[in-house]
Amino acid sequence: MANSVFEWERPLVELESRIKELQAFVDQRGIDLTAEIATLQEKADRLRAEIFANLTPWQRVQMARHPKRPTTLDYIELIFDDFLELHGDRTVRDDEAMVGGIALLDGVPVTVIGPQKGRDTKENIRRNFGLPHPEGYRKAMRLMHQAAKFGRPIISLIDVVGAYPGIEAEQRGQGVAIAENIRQMSFLEVPIICVVTGEGGSGGALAIGVGDRVLMMENAWYSVISPEMCAEILWKDTSKAPEAAAVLRLGAEDLLEFEIIDEVIAEPLGGAQRDPEDAARRLKEALVRHLHELMRYDGPALVEARLAKYRRMGRLAELTEEQMRAAADAAENSAGAAETGQAAPAALKEAD
Amino acid sequence: MFKDLFRSKQRQRYAKVKPPGETKPDAGAAAGAGAAPLQRPERPREVPDGIWTKCPGCQTIHYEGELAKHLYVCTQCGHHFTVGAVERLAQLLDDPEAFEEWDTNLATVNALGFPDYEAKLARAREKTGLDEAVVSGVGCMGGYPVAIGILDFNFFTGSMGSVAGEKLTRLFERAAERDVPVIVVSGGGGGARMQEGILSLMQMAKTSQAVERFGRTGRPYISVLTHPTMGGVYASYASLGDYIFAEPGALIGFAGPRIVERTIRQALPSGFQTSEFALRNGMVDRIVPRKELRDTLIRVLRLHEKRPMLDARAR
Repeated sequence: MANSVFEWERPLVELESRIKELQAFVDQRGIDLTAEIATLQEKADRLRAEIFANLTPWQRVQMARHPKRPTTLDYIELIFDDFLELHGDRTVRDDEAMVGGIALLDGVPVTVIGPQKGRDTKENIRRNFGLPHPEGYRKAMRLMHQAAKFGRPIISLIDVVGAYPGIEAEQRGQGVAIAENIRQMSFLEVPIICVVTGEGGSGGALAIGVGDRVLMMENAWYSVISPEMCAEILWKDTSKAPEAAAVLRLGAEDLLEFEIIDEVIAEPLGGAQRDPEDAARRLKEALVRHLHELMRYDGPALVEARLAKYRRMGRLAELTEEQMRAAADAAENSAGAAETGQAAPAALKEAD
Repeated sequence: MFKDLFRSKQRQRYAKVKPPGETKPDAGAAAGAGAAPLQRPERPREVPDGIWTKCPGCQTIHYEGELAKHLYVCTQCGHHFTVGAVERLAQLLDDPEAFEEWDTNLATVNALGFPDYEAKLARAREKTGLDEAVVSGVGCMGGYPVAIGILDFNFFTGSMGSVAGEKLTRLFERAAERDVPVIVVSGGGGGARMQEGILSLMQMAKTSQAVERFGRTGRPYISVLTHPTMGGVYASYASLGDYIFAEPGALIGFAGPRIVERTIRQALPSGFQTSEFALRNGMVDRIVPRKELRDTLIRVLRLHEKRPMLDARAR
């Protein structure tokens, strides 16, 4: 992706540089090219709308990973007031892959947390590319308990490739940290709003992603596994990630359909990276709206509704007795005559 | 009824080890990191199925009957073979035939339209005689009624999709209604089931919440980790037991070992992500050899039988 421009944006780029050329001509020579420029501009706008209305799941994944896409701290700066960052898990260290603190959202004191990617190489190394260790999740949990203690709503801005798969991470209990976060977050008696702003990397996202409202920005993705890993497992070929992305149904509209999220937040045309202020405005509007709705309920009521929401998640069929009998008969018939109860397990080949 | 589990086709109950180099296509699942397929490079080519098998740990030849007598643990080196749900229940319960199985009417659907999912499910059912990865119900151990769930590694590598998640959730809910303890034996090497996408991920939340709600009854939940327990299974209900016991030499962890290796670009320390590693690093309460598992579980149940202070509080 040269110059932070997606390959599918290139026709646009050409048009836009033509417009710039014409404009420069106008400035230098004072010739009136208003009509020509207007026509081209209209063409560019139409083309942009067309391109971005028809993104494939893989293209959206690329958007979510854009190097200039606003990060958690970018949104915090643009949306919240008086943000005071708080550090550490009070146990072993401060994991800079996770940020959090207290702030005001539309005048309401809140706790805001979220994984933080680096905005340049140096910062990326300091922040481990935004992949938290257990201590990062424990920091988030500590801040969330603090919020609950003071009756402060929690805003979680999620943009994370995944929980860090390292040796120390395993030693310090990455699995346990994620499980504990999921469990404890579920029962906090304050409003919790989670927004997947970029990448939603499985358990590493869910560990700070249990909420009364879970929102997603239009070009974000949220999945149990990355498209690359899925492609490797299914087809032993990571270059098939685009196909895997489609198969996984990991886009915002998909999650809305599965009733996993509550709302898709539209992004500025061309993606959040094109106009971070506008993206932040849209995100803030959604946050404030949901916050005021949720603040009408007391703690226990929030928890009850939250648990009921998660209780319903999943898709399965409940068979009637008749259906079960039919299925059992079918299975027995297909089992064949060879079944003697002592059938040599040699007959059972590893199916895959 | 449990009798039905027994009467279903004779299922291979000892570890089926693939020769190195062969990879199960859908062994992975959770967390971007994914769970690694069950592979250890040092395992030798397995002998053909039949009435005898070779121990992957020490190459000793065992006859099926002998192995069964020793709970599928190698008498020479202590290697714990994977056992399925049916065998596990037979080893743990006072009277396996009296096991009351729950929620047998839940069927998996291909909600995402994932390629090949139905076929793979059919093969899993054919291979194990189970409908899904979780077998749940209530039985007795040492005379104590206890709700038991088993996550069977042989079914789709013990991965958790909607049905497994729902069965586990209902296990905790029903146990709370009946006021009995819960034991879940996890062989969830496949983590959260990839084929059900985000729906599988959410089962991590659903089951973790069920654990917490159950906990408020004051009854214990014992989580037994068996080889392998990884990914979204490990990072949810399996790590939330009041007591966490692990079988020796089990692969336990969040990220698959190959993912870790690829990420850090170094060889892994020996013993990484074994039960012993988990114990040293403070993540499990005890390592319990299979021969001691039933007795240890009964000990815990006995210690929880009388709870004068809780009862006084309730009054």
